[in-house]
Amino acid sequence: MNTDPLWFIFLSSCIISNFVLAYFLGICPFLGVSGKLDTASRMGVAVTFVLFISSACACGIHSLLVHFDALYLQLIAYIAVIASSVQLVEMFMKKFSPALFRALGIYLPLITTNCCILAVALFQTSREYSFVQSLVFAVGGGLGFTLALIIMAGLRENLDLADVPRLIRGVALALMVGGILSMAFMGFAGLGGNF
Amino acid sequence: MVEGQGLEGKTTANLETFLNGLWKENPVLVTILGMCPTLAVSNSVINAFSMGVATTFVLVMSNFLISLIRNLVPKQVRMATFIMIIATFVTVAEYVIQAISIEIHRSLGAFISLIVVNCIILGRAEAFASKNRVIPSILDGFGSGFGFTLAICCMGAIREVLGSGAFAGVDLFGPHYEPWVVMILPSGGFFIFGLLLLFSNWLNQRLKRKGA
Repeated sequence: MNTDPLWFIFLSSCIISNFVLAYFLGICPFLGVSGKLDTASRMGVAVTFVLFISSACACGIHSLLVHFDALYLQLIAYIAVIASSVQLVEMFMKKFSPALFRALGIYLPLITTNCCILAVALFQTSREYSFVQSLVFAVGGGLGFTLALIIMAGLRENLDLADVPRLIRGVALALMVGGILSMAFMGFAGLGGNF
Repeated sequence: MVEGQGLEGKTTANLETFLNGLWKENPVLVTILGMCPTLAVSNSVINAFSMGVATTFVLVMSNFLISLIRNLVPKQVRMATFIMIIATFVTVAEYVIQAISIEIHRSLGAFISLIVVNCIILGRAEAFASKNRVIPSILDGFGSGFGFTLAICCMGAIREVLGSGAFAGVDLFGPHYEPWVVMILPSGGFFIFGLLLLFSNWLNQRLKRKGA
């Protein structure tokens, strides 16, 4: 059992060991949808929401697998449940909250292949978080992802106006900016991370 | 591939499939897929190489199986089927790595399991293996896998040499070398990958200009 206090788990997953900038999870959406501030924040909200749901699901599956002594099925069970829960959330939202559904739009199905969803499920299992701790961990991670995405989008909106050599434009430039951003976040390591 | 092609034509086409994945459509450097592991486990050559081998294994095996059953799977559930197949092989790879070396297993950590969501594998399954015959699919898997391994090992070599002054654990510069620690930290991964992309862009552009 893990005895880290909740605020520490939150702070650590949100800022100190930020999913994108310290663990390199979810780099594809980080580079793909960080072109505009508006889409970036929507994507962030969608990811946080799905993280919350899938973290709760993963908790349930894990205790079930432990009960049946079938831990070798962990990966397969996680990926199946996460993929189907995203779909379920999508259908549920379409029915009960069309406004939110429209706002999230295409980003919801894209999230299935986001590494950070599966990673949260795996991390919370290997660190033996309790149910509440897992949820806090997932929400913190989601907010950290949103934060990184929004900062990046703001930077890239300004970079569009800059005169950059043609060779480095696009992904290479985004990676450089990401590197500098990640260096800035390294400063938070003094708060005490769990690397 | 068209039926009735000569044996020679077939071999060339197969070779082309293989080489395509290796350089012209290198999954990492050209199509920019599978970046998470490329950045995350490239802090030493050994990590990078084992990651490359594991991914290649999963890629080849899943391409093989998916290509075998491509006519049996209904269109609506193909993604789910692909993911399940990939997850199975990743589980196999994880247990094998654990059996071979517990140290590598520990240093790669969750990233072995995260091969499941590596876009390269699902991408190749969807774009190639689900439409082609078994042999070309296996070759395509090898090509993309080697391409991935090549790119990730490049990253690993640069980062380890700069960041800890060693290559595959062997000290290179003696005790007076002050390691450039940033390079093995996360931000170094971003920088080196950015530079690598820049280099491959430049090289491709030069080759194109020469060809024109």
